[in-house]
Amino acid sequence: MSSASVSVAPKKSGADIPFNKHVAQHREPGDWVADIVIWVLLALIVAVVVYPLWFVVIASFSNPAMVSTGKVTILPVDINFGGYEKVFSDSRIWIGYKNTIVYSVVGTALNMIVTLPAAFALSRVDFKPRRVILFLFTFTMYFAGGLIPSYLLYKDLNLLDNMWVFILPGAVSVWNLIIARSFFETSIPEELHDAAQIDGLSFFGYFLRIVIPLSSAIIAVLGLYYFVGHWNDYFTGLIYIRTDTKQPLQMVLQNILLANQTQQGGAGNGGQSALQQQQLADQIKYGVIIVSTAPLLILYPFLQKYFNKGVMIGAVKG
Amino acid sequence: MAVKEKAAASVVDAAGVVDNTAARKALPWPKRLAWHIQHYWQHWLMALPAMVFVFIFAYIPMYGIQLAFRDFVPSKGLTGGQWVGMKYFNQFFTSPMFSKVMVNTIKISLGTLVLGFIAPIVLALLINQIHSTKVKGFVQTITYMPHFISTVVIVAMLNIFLTPNTGLLGRFFGGTSLLDNPDMVAPIYWLSEVWQHCGWNAIIYLAALSSVDVSLYEAAKIDGAGRMQLIRYVDIPTIMPTCVILLIMNMGSILSVGFEKVLLMQNAMNLPGSQVIATYTYMIGLKSFQFSYATAIGLFNTLINFAFLILANWISKRVSDTSIF
Repeated sequence: MSSASVSVAPKKSGADIPFNKHVAQHREPGDWVADIVIWVLLALIVAVVVYPLWFVVIASFSNPAMVSTGKVTILPVDINFGGYEKVFSDSRIWIGYKNTIVYSVVGTALNMIVTLPAAFALSRVDFKPRRVILFLFTFTMYFAGGLIPSYLLYKDLNLLDNMWVFILPGAVSVWNLIIARSFFETSIPEELHDAAQIDGLSFFGYFLRIVIPLSSAIIAVLGLYYFVGHWNDYFTGLIYIRTDTKQPLQMVLQNILLANQTQQGGAGNGGQSALQQQQLADQIKYGVIIVSTAPLLILYPFLQKYFNKGVMIGAVKG
Repeated sequence: MAVKEKAAASVVDAAGVVDNTAARKALPWPKRLAWHIQHYWQHWLMALPAMVFVFIFAYIPMYGIQLAFRDFVPSKGLTGGQWVGMKYFNQFFTSPMFSKVMVNTIKISLGTLVLGFIAPIVLALLINQIHSTKVKGFVQTITYMPHFISTVVIVAMLNIFLTPNTGLLGRFFGGTSLLDNPDMVAPIYWLSEVWQHCGWNAIIYLAALSSVDVSLYEAAKIDGAGRMQLIRYVDIPTIMPTCVILLIMNMGSILSVGFEKVLLMQNAMNLPGSQVIATYTYMIGLKSFQFSYATAIGLFNTLINFAFLILANWISKRVSDTSIF
């Protein structure tokens, strides 16, 4: 098995995939029908994708009784921040938030420090051992030791219930490394290497001073992939962490969102009926979803323009 | 040093650039190694951290697979236990749980494979039909979004929406949650996967479609091709190699379902339909501490996946000359 070779698929820059002008120019009667069908289908798809997200947003600050009786549909009804008040006063969420920020920032930093230089070294065609190394890397994408051998290894390495279990085992994602490697292979002109050599730059110098400044697209994409991976990591906390104060946000979310505690309204709501408490619990859940997903949604517009580029760099070809 | 100079003098091309590859090949291996280290130590140093991490966290656990063939004795470590051969595999194959977890796993993963393969292709073909770059960008931005939501939140949304009587969807399905029905776990899993990842997975096809040679459209139009024919005879053949590659790679996960997602979707009521190999391994291994048995089940899973990957790759090489290795 040689490594899955990966290369940039199209020649055009990905951020704005150009439409085919001729299709727009010649219009025939049948095209109008086709157009209408296409637009209706796409409008439907967009609605199906957006509506559940939009509903969570409006439900998080609507009157929970209105939400549960189906009165909240398009716009928030009887605006009420009771759910958010409970969310913001819940210390578990802030501990989880703090932990996840630490794990994600430190983890992503290590990911980049390990992945980028390796991907660059392995992108050099003249570096002959790269074929063997890439094969050994790729192999791990399809074959792994599995849960128990990993668990026992982490135990021996003293990683159980240790924050480094979030950071070290995932230090390099082979998939991301391959994406970065194909970026370096195809997007950095070889002439730069020759010029750098003539100017007496070392290989390190070439990488740090010439290649890295030209690689903002791939750095943004990898940074996003790794960061989202850390932010959404639930598995590690579930398997390897025992102490509550070390749990990441996703474990805290699981406890709040899926534990189905009807008494979440808290002790101070003694006068409320079970129904009201259930409704408040639901509103808290909507609020928690928003608060926990907000950082990614804030990052999203800034990084969006890189998505096409990133995935296209990773476009796998035979 | 003398040898190197001699080699340098021997092969110098017109531009004056030294090409001593041929001369280098003639050197004895210790000298070749010395030359390699002298020229490539920086490459090695840059690749080294990644190699160390992959070795420790991917290859050492592979060494631990032998646990599947041994009785695990905590005090003796990985290799100290008695060799028992296929005992734990036989235990799994003859267990009443075997057929149940296999059926559940295949049902959930096969549906995801099929729907998750077709939906992004259809979406990409649709988006490609839009002429306005702005609308195109808007549809893409919207459909990518759910990809970044965590599994915990997705499952929580499913739970809340499917709550009987009050949930957004649950109010249409009577007094019990669809999630409590063992037969509904798989369809809910498929559909939510498509909802979450369809837009993101369409990017790769859109990229392939953007590289269509415009003259192909022109030629087809002159031949009287309508819109559907352009899709059928130009667009689809263009993305075919990409489709095949992705299908092969997906075949490598035929028995893998999202462990986190299924585990989070599980409850006491739906367990007959939601116990899959991965969650069963977790239960046997880390809940009831039968390490050897769980390792054997995990290894069985990996081997089946690997076999399917090889098989799909082989068939595709034969049929369409497209392969990933």
